[in-house]
Amino acid sequence: MISNLEVNVGKIKLKNPIMVASGTFGYAEEFKSLMDLKMLGAIITKTITLKKRAGNPMPRVCETSSGMLNSIGLENDGVENFIDGKIPFLKKLNVPIIVSVSGDSIDEFKALLKILDKERSVSGIELNISCPNIQVARHPPTPRLRRAGMTHDTGLISQNKDATYSLIKGIRKYTNKTFITKLSPNVTDIGEIAKAAESAGSDAISLINTILGMAIDIDTKRPKLGNIVGGLSGPAIKPVALRMVYEVSKSVKIPIIGIGGIMDWQDAIEFLIAGASAIQIGTANFIDPASSEKILKGIEEYLSKNKIKDIKKIIGGLKI
Amino acid sequence: MKDIKTKIISNEIVAPGYYKMVLEAPYITKTAIPGQFIQVRCSDSYEPLLRRPFGIHRITNHESRITILYEVVGKGTTILSKRRKGERLDVLGPLGNGFTLQDTRHKTQDTRILIAGGVGIAPLTFVAEALVKKKIKPIVLIGAKTKKAIVCSDDLKKMGLKVHIATDDGTLGHKGFVTDLFRDLLPVACGLQPVTVYSCGPKLMLKKVSEICKKEKINCQVSLEETFGCGIGACLGCSCKIKDRRNKFTYKLTCKDGPIFKGEEVIWE
Repeated sequence: MISNLEVNVGKIKLKNPIMVASGTFGYAEEFKSLMDLKMLGAIITKTITLKKRAGNPMPRVCETSSGMLNSIGLENDGVENFIDGKIPFLKKLNVPIIVSVSGDSIDEFKALLKILDKERSVSGIELNISCPNIQVARHPPTPRLRRAGMTHDTGLISQNKDATYSLIKGIRKYTNKTFITKLSPNVTDIGEIAKAAESAGSDAISLINTILGMAIDIDTKRPKLGNIVGGLSGPAIKPVALRMVYEVSKSVKIPIIGIGGIMDWQDAIEFLIAGASAIQIGTANFIDPASSEKILKGIEEYLSKNKIKDIKKIIGGLKI
Repeated sequence: MKDIKTKIISNEIVAPGYYKMVLEAPYITKTAIPGQFIQVRCSDSYEPLLRRPFGIHRITNHESRITILYEVVGKGTTILSKRRKGERLDVLGPLGNGFTLQDTRHKTQDTRILIAGGVGIAPLTFVAEALVKKKIKPIVLIGAKTKKAIVCSDDLKKMGLKVHIATDDGTLGHKGFVTDLFRDLLPVACGLQPVTVYSCGPKLMLKKVSEICKKEKINCQVSLEETFGCGIGACLGCSCKIKDRRNKFTYKLTCKDGPIFKGEEVIWE
């Protein structure tokens, strides 16, 4: 039996629910000899900013128990170089391209969205307001940030429901593309942040970004990351991610994209049952570059074995 | 570059804490050049999670097998040292740029010097082998903490090469740093011909080698090491500072743009 694997996220029709997570897959070209890129449901690019960013000091990655910490700091060449240098390869794949975006001010986000909106080969935007390695606001907010309209008092935009709402409300109209908001797990109540993102006009919620963490070298007494703290990812964070997907599924009606430590098809199915309409493969790409292909095959076999005709039947099917 | 299941042909201890593993990997041997590396998944479990990078040490058996030479330093290499003959090992490669052996600025008769620190001799043995095939005999300088950590001087001597050794404790060869040997060699080596240096080892040693080469106007290629997330240029976790044309710096990826860089272009921190 061949089951229907199609799912919808905003205006994007995905042939299957498997996407690759931002920052773990470069701009896809890096993986071209290692897997069939065309099988992917969608590709989320490395986060793009309006201007080039150098990124954080070294070391930027460090391994932890069943996981890894990173503090890359959104290194990228800026949106113009992305369009000239990366889009030509991406658009040939015939896979929906979702561009992850970040910025330091509302104006920067607006400019970025306007530029990307003209790119026909881009299907969607994933708003990255949850990268733990970028502090966009200080306590108290600097005059520059206050003028920029960022009035929240601390940390990341996605750590504050009002800041999340006002940013999305302020920029949503500058793009006609599917608009996904990616949330941080470093919050008390992720449900209320998701709700704010939904009511401000997001088409979908993706979660979770990495969990803020730290590791120390006991010989030198120095932090193992140049940025002192960084984002934890990998199988270590899967239970947290799953719990948060479940919580968000109870608070919003828009589709949820589950991310966090998905290593195999069983993990992926768990996220679908918890309420995710689609999933993103992240750190697993580093361990096995063909993870996505294997996960898709596993999901197909699971559906077939259980005689499930449509994947939508298992989404949110948690029994309590 | 491909991700392949290789077969372990052997995995033997060569000195206390040092192992040589031979893998059947014809795909990798077909294209690999000296200085390139492979990313090895030491076990199928998620502990440790990330792959481990190893420079290709040798290519043997009618070019169908690769050898890696490694020191047991942590979780990954401990697990690797316990893997047995006949088992399958997940290997991603060949990766990185590799050394430039044919320097277009010089004729092939120039003097080549290999400078290794500790297990840094691993990829340099592949360089030596490739040079010998081109009928060039490099001078080999190896430095290590102690005699027991000098692991493949015999292999190099068998290729007909002169091997000079320095140990920190003086248990073998010169007592002191390998860079002392390099300095002593300079007046002789630089006498007539141009010199090219290939170096791999601890960062401090590479820095010193690069400084000497810059002063003496010697072409120098160093192999850098960083912690890798992916090893294929996707995660941007292994950036290193490289001088650009305006004498400022630009971040390059150790795994993809490197691991081999010109000594003079690296910004040492």
